[in-house]
Amino acid sequence: MVTMKDYGNSIPIAWCPGCGNFAILEALKKALVNIGLEPHRVLFVSGIGQAPKLPHYTHGNVFNGLHGRSLPAATGARLANHELVVIGVDGDGGAYGEGVGHLLAAMRRNINMLYMVHNNQVYGLTKGQASPTSDLGFVTKTTPLGASQPLNPLALALASDVSFLARGFAGDIEHLVRLLTMGIEHHGFALIDILQPCVSFNRRNTFQWYRERVYKLEDEKYDPADKMAALSKAQEWGDRIPIGLIYRNERPVFEEQFPALQKISLVKQKIDPSQFEVLLDEFE
Amino acid sequence: MAVDFNIMVGGEAGQGVQSVGIILAKALARQGLNVFADQDYESRVRGGHNFFRVRVSDNRVLAISEKLDVLVALNKETIELHREELKTNGVIIFDEEDTESRATEDKYFGVPLKRLAEEKAKNKLMTNTVAVGAVIGLTGYDFDCLSAVLEREFARHGEKITRDNVVAAKAGFDFAREHGGRKLRQRIRPTSKDHRKILLNGNEALALGAMVAGCKLIAGYPMTPASSIMEYMADKGREHGVVAVHVEDEIAAMNMAVGAGYTGVRAMVATSGGGFSLMVEGLALAGMTETPVVVVLGQRPGPATGLPTRTEQGELWFALHAGHGEFPRAVLALANTEEAFHCTVESFNLAEKYQTPVIVLTDHHLATSYTTIDRFDLSRVEISRGELLSDEAANSMPDYRRHLVTDSGISPRAFPGQGKALVVTDSDEHDEAGHMIEDTATRNQQHLKRLRKNNGLKGDIINPKFHQEPGAELTLIGWGSTCGAISEAADLLKKEGAAVNTLNLTQIWPFPTEFISSVLRKSSRSAVIESNATAQLAGLIKRETGLEVDYAILKFDGRPFSPGEIIGRLRKEVL
Repeated sequence: MVTMKDYGNSIPIAWCPGCGNFAILEALKKALVNIGLEPHRVLFVSGIGQAPKLPHYTHGNVFNGLHGRSLPAATGARLANHELVVIGVDGDGGAYGEGVGHLLAAMRRNINMLYMVHNNQVYGLTKGQASPTSDLGFVTKTTPLGASQPLNPLALALASDVSFLARGFAGDIEHLVRLLTMGIEHHGFALIDILQPCVSFNRRNTFQWYRERVYKLEDEKYDPADKMAALSKAQEWGDRIPIGLIYRNERPVFEEQFPALQKISLVKQKIDPSQFEVLLDEFE
Repeated sequence: MAVDFNIMVGGEAGQGVQSVGIILAKALARQGLNVFADQDYESRVRGGHNFFRVRVSDNRVLAISEKLDVLVALNKETIELHREELKTNGVIIFDEEDTESRATEDKYFGVPLKRLAEEKAKNKLMTNTVAVGAVIGLTGYDFDCLSAVLEREFARHGEKITRDNVVAAKAGFDFAREHGGRKLRQRIRPTSKDHRKILLNGNEALALGAMVAGCKLIAGYPMTPASSIMEYMADKGREHGVVAVHVEDEIAAMNMAVGAGYTGVRAMVATSGGGFSLMVEGLALAGMTETPVVVVLGQRPGPATGLPTRTEQGELWFALHAGHGEFPRAVLALANTEEAFHCTVESFNLAEKYQTPVIVLTDHHLATSYTTIDRFDLSRVEISRGELLSDEAANSMPDYRRHLVTDSGISPRAFPGQGKALVVTDSDEHDEAGHMIEDTATRNQQHLKRLRKNNGLKGDIINPKFHQEPGAELTLIGWGSTCGAISEAADLLKKEGAAVNTLNLTQIWPFPTEFISSVLRKSSRSAVIESNATAQLAGLIKRETGLEVDYAILKFDGRPFSPGEIIGRLRKEVL
């Protein structure tokens, strides 16, 4: 039986006291325990930032790569061994800024993995600059004239026909556990945008600010299979902010199209030079 | 009499210059003769001027030659552009009904290419096939060889297209036999009917080498001259267990290959300079995370987009220095199709043995030129995957440390999911277990551990090929695809009584310092021959050995060196 202890780790955590990341880490561990996954079957792939440090604070295989480049690395890993449960972890800077092109490609391809984006609308590790999701006019050292129009990650994901899309809130762990469990178990690419207040650099979008605004879609009459309804929810921001499962559409996953992956994973396939004699024949 | 015969097919993009060029090359290679073929094309899909050259000989041919025996002009412009390249007794095959008539001079041989295609094959698109038939007829070669190649090449287009092409070729063949009998003095005769040779280009040999080496994943974004590597692997990979991913950009390509390498499969990327520029951050990632990855850098003239469809050797220093920070690497430069196969296999072995990136340098000329070589002996291919933990060992090591400090710098590898061993790595500096650290002691320990792998790499250097001629004072030094032309130039000089030594480098890094120093100390004069403007190899030799190369024969117009050109330049600048 897998327990919370299996996902424990003694490495000192470098996050600020009170950071929303602690709650997200807790929720992720609970989701993995819920599913009963053993740590060695899980591969965490992350980039650079405060959120991407998360894999070091739990237990599993870890590829902590470059800023914004976790998705291609995760795709390569998943193609090499499609028996691994692959979980990507990034912040809004890596996912929606530096790596946004990879996000579009990953959603379009529908590689089977969960991608968690800790969205605190600000750069934490580099100390407080505006992020792609900062509110319009957000003044920081790099944006003294105020940040530009924020990127809408949910609308972007829906435009790319993402297979699974949810929004969680670090202030509601049990709700987030449910979303992460669904995201891990989903067959296809799952994006979970997690509202994560930054206690050091974002005085605007605080826990309190979110608590006053978020509401759960599952409490309403809402059908996550309805793409037009999802697009409309994706536009909702301000007085009311929806959280929960926004959209789900099961479609063929990327790995399934490759004949090479139909029997066993690439990493288990033997190297056999003699199978290429037939190709040499073609050059005679 | 020895055969050494040059044929050029020229026309505009879209006329099938390349397709018939390859068919011609394959037909001529079929019965024991040696073929070298290359192509010259513009960065466009229709129009412009393209040509395909086929050199055929009963001796080994390593390069192109400038003087033509037969020029096949599919349009008028080809005659104007290449007339001067014809030997005194050479022949121009052209369509006298389509181009304006010039058949007055003896060297012109008018063949109604288009009319024969329309009349015999009922398809004017087969004009180029008629032309190939005419070449075969004119040179006295065997028509059965050509029809066999046509049957094979067109098989996937169905029976009718195949049959019509054979008919078109036969029409050209018969016409040339009947009307062109005495035009050419030299004849091409097959040497041996059973000699099993293969004809392939540099990229095909490289892609085959990668697949034979067990590369299971290639990620790439199309870029000349590398695209055909992934195209070949994507096609053949369907049957042979290879996953090819056409990614969003080269940054993704590199990170994807590194992700796959970390997970335990042999993975590669193939690109040109512009794409490699985007991969550089990921190259350092491979260095830091100690992930094996093979990077094929197909050079073309730069900077920036440069001359996209032409050749250069301008990225030697780039390959050596690409990447932020210090990490071990190997850089191999391919001289010919044989090396394209064997060194690619070796690059995967090196990458896994030292758990670090290996860069394979090729260029447009090698990538796209065809050579006949002996069939690769796959039973002799050695696959060596370096230090891997067995499944049993991996399963019994829950406290496995991916970056264990060792004397060799090499830490035994486990793969994620292989067992209870958790494989943790980080682009941040990390401890033995792979978790990020900031303390000085661990940093120093890990940085030195990685760099210690250089010691092993130095012991695995592929030595340069030094060909010494008794009494020769001058040594010609080359790397990559110029080596073929250099060797032929040396052969020709020897015949003229001016023998030279040749020194060809395959391994660029770690640098074969002792070997090069000893050769240079023995030679009274030396000259590098490089397709760049800054003599990058000469600079590297100076840096690594302290010895100066006396002359640099350089060329950076995007066209490959020919043996004749090298001799001409040596006479002018060195001899």
